[in-house]
Amino acid sequence: MIEMRELRKDFTVRVKAGRLRREKRVLAAVDGVSLSIGAGEMVGYIGPNGAGKSTTLKMLTGVLSPSGGEVSVCGLRPVPQRTRLALRIGVVFGQRSQLWWDLPLGESFRLLRYVYRVPAAEHEARLRRCRDLLDLDEFMDTPVRQLSLGQRMRGELTAALLHGPEVLFLDEPTIGLDVVSKQAVRSFLGELGATGDVTLVLTTHDLADIERLCERLVVIDHGRVVHDGTIDDLHSRYGSRRSLVADLDTPLPPGFALPGATTASIEADGHRVTFTLESTTAGAAVAALVNAAPVRDLSVVEPEIEDVVARLYTDGRGVSGVP
Amino acid sequence: MAELRAYAALLGGRFRSATAYRTSFAVELITNAGGTAVDVSTVFVLFHAAKVVGGFTLGEALMMTGLTASGFVLADLTVGNVDQLKTYVRNGTLDAVLVRPLAVLPQLVIADLPLRKLMRFVVGVTVLVVAVLSNDIDWTPGRAVLLVTAPLAGAVFFGAIFVLSASLAFWWVESGEVGAAFTYGGRDFTSYPITVYGTWFRAVFAYGLGFGFVAYHPALTLLGRADPLGLPAWAGYLSPLVALAAAGIAGIVWRTGVRHYRSTGS
Ligand SMILES: Nc1ncnc2c1ncn2[C@@H]1O[C@H](COP(=O)(O)OP(=O)(O)OP(=O)(O)O)[C@@H](O)[C@H]1O
Ligand SMILES: [Mg+2]
Repeated sequence: MIEMRELRKDFTVRVKAGRLRREKRVLAAVDGVSLSIGAGEMVGYIGPNGAGKSTTLKMLTGVLSPSGGEVSVCGLRPVPQRTRLALRIGVVFGQRSQLWWDLPLGESFRLLRYVYRVPAAEHEARLRRCRDLLDLDEFMDTPVRQLSLGQRMRGELTAALLHGPEVLFLDEPTIGLDVVSKQAVRSFLGELGATGDVTLVLTTHDLADIERLCERLVVIDHGRVVHDGTIDDLHSRYGSRRSLVADLDTPLPPGFALPGATTASIEADGHRVTFTLESTTAGAAVAALVNAAPVRDLSVVEPEIEDVVARLYTDGRGVSGVP
Repeated sequence: MAELRAYAALLGGRFRSATAYRTSFAVELITNAGGTAVDVSTVFVLFHAAKVVGGFTLGEALMMTGLTASGFVLADLTVGNVDQLKTYVRNGTLDAVLVRPLAVLPQLVIADLPLRKLMRFVVGVTVLVVAVLSNDIDWTPGRAVLLVTAPLAGAVFFGAIFVLSASLAFWWVESGEVGAAFTYGGRDFTSYPITVYGTWFRAVFAYGLGFGFVAYHPALTLLGRADPLGLPAWAGYLSPLVALAAAGIAGIVWRTGVRHYRSTGS
């Protein structure tokens, strides 16, 4: 559905060099990305700020011309065949509205029916579904400029879907939303993805979006792919481990060691201990600990995707030497 | 066909949001008409000082002013809004235009409803009518056709200039009013007999860039006057060709420009 081969985008920027002189410098925003995304896949496209995510999506949607490499979406080349491609994809740039500022939301949807040449019945059915799932009814008559961010974002999602796109590109669709709105958007996208009719590429800084929605995770940094696989792949690659957190009635005896685990931290004067489970099961570790010390409370903590991704991002910085 | 309906719907939407600001609309309508009247009156001021300028009387020069004004306002009315491109490029909002299944230029052109410019159009056409009435024209079928085609060709030509000036923003984001200076400078240039300009200046603008064929040569042909600069009488009929050439160039530059668009970080 989406093919990128050695895709690149260079921006020429002028930087101050001395008091009056300005130097041209070439910034490789996307630096040779090769990816292949199949129909019906849901892909999380993440990376630190400035990694080149938005730039990639803009090349996939025909907004920006690539500086090099090849790209095709739905079998079309985005820039030369922009208008044909636009009929088959849906786009939400979280930071930028696709709606008409001065018109009521419902009116924007009506215009989109003409812009995308959608038969009335189809339009009606899709709109009905979005209105129900995203709770739009309350503000269908409100001018877009008066909508709150979360309301507008739900409107944007609807706008991107009314023509029944085969591929949906979402650039930070949950940015700035409250917990409830985020969940509404996520479960909406989850349902959409479950049908398998639409391919979804999503960028976000909220990794819960990814955990909830995306099987596949592509991480880029400085315009290059640094990881491509499932979330589990990422955990095993970085050796993420579960940990065991125990609250004790009396501090652990000095020099205590749990077989198959390392002691990660000791807090509260020895009353709270965290072990990292290296080569043991949670059951065995708990049994050994209960035998050795008076345990008041216990919890097993799954590895946080945030931590793994943070390690991935900081590694990237180490390699290229950029602070 | 379906695309035309899309544009019609967009225009309708625009109209509905424009009527939300009715008072400012009326004010703009009046100030716009005033603007054009002031532009035209400079010609009268010039001829008040000297009865003959560049070898032409006021009535004759008015023909050039009238052809220019009517062609220009028609262009301004239809594609004038393209000068907003610089804001779209600066803010990166052209992204939203580019993800729609429609051509970029028509979307920008109808992004604002230029009804307020209608008064300018009325003023422009009035000047042309006055010019026709105040000259003793020896009507032939060719001249009658020319009276209609010349303002239309002028509109196409100025439309091309609008698009070219606006395209500057694709390469030079901070171009500001430079493009507008070119557009309005061109209009002012053709409002007067080109005989008043210095040789090299005239060579570049009138013939190099084609501004001489917008009003000067068609006016000579309508008036039945020989060109003091020596071009044959049929030069007046060249204006549609020059206009089409300009439109072709503008189209190529525009397309190239769209591919140069670099959006903004987001
Ligand atoms: N129009 C532009 N002109 C110059 N440089 C740009 C432009 N757009 C993006 N860049 C640069 O390209 C790089 C990638 O930007 P991009 O917007 O793709 O990042 P991103 O991954 O979306 O980041 P974020 O998570 O902060 O949104 C950045 O270094 C940015 O400064
Ligand atoms: Mg971004």
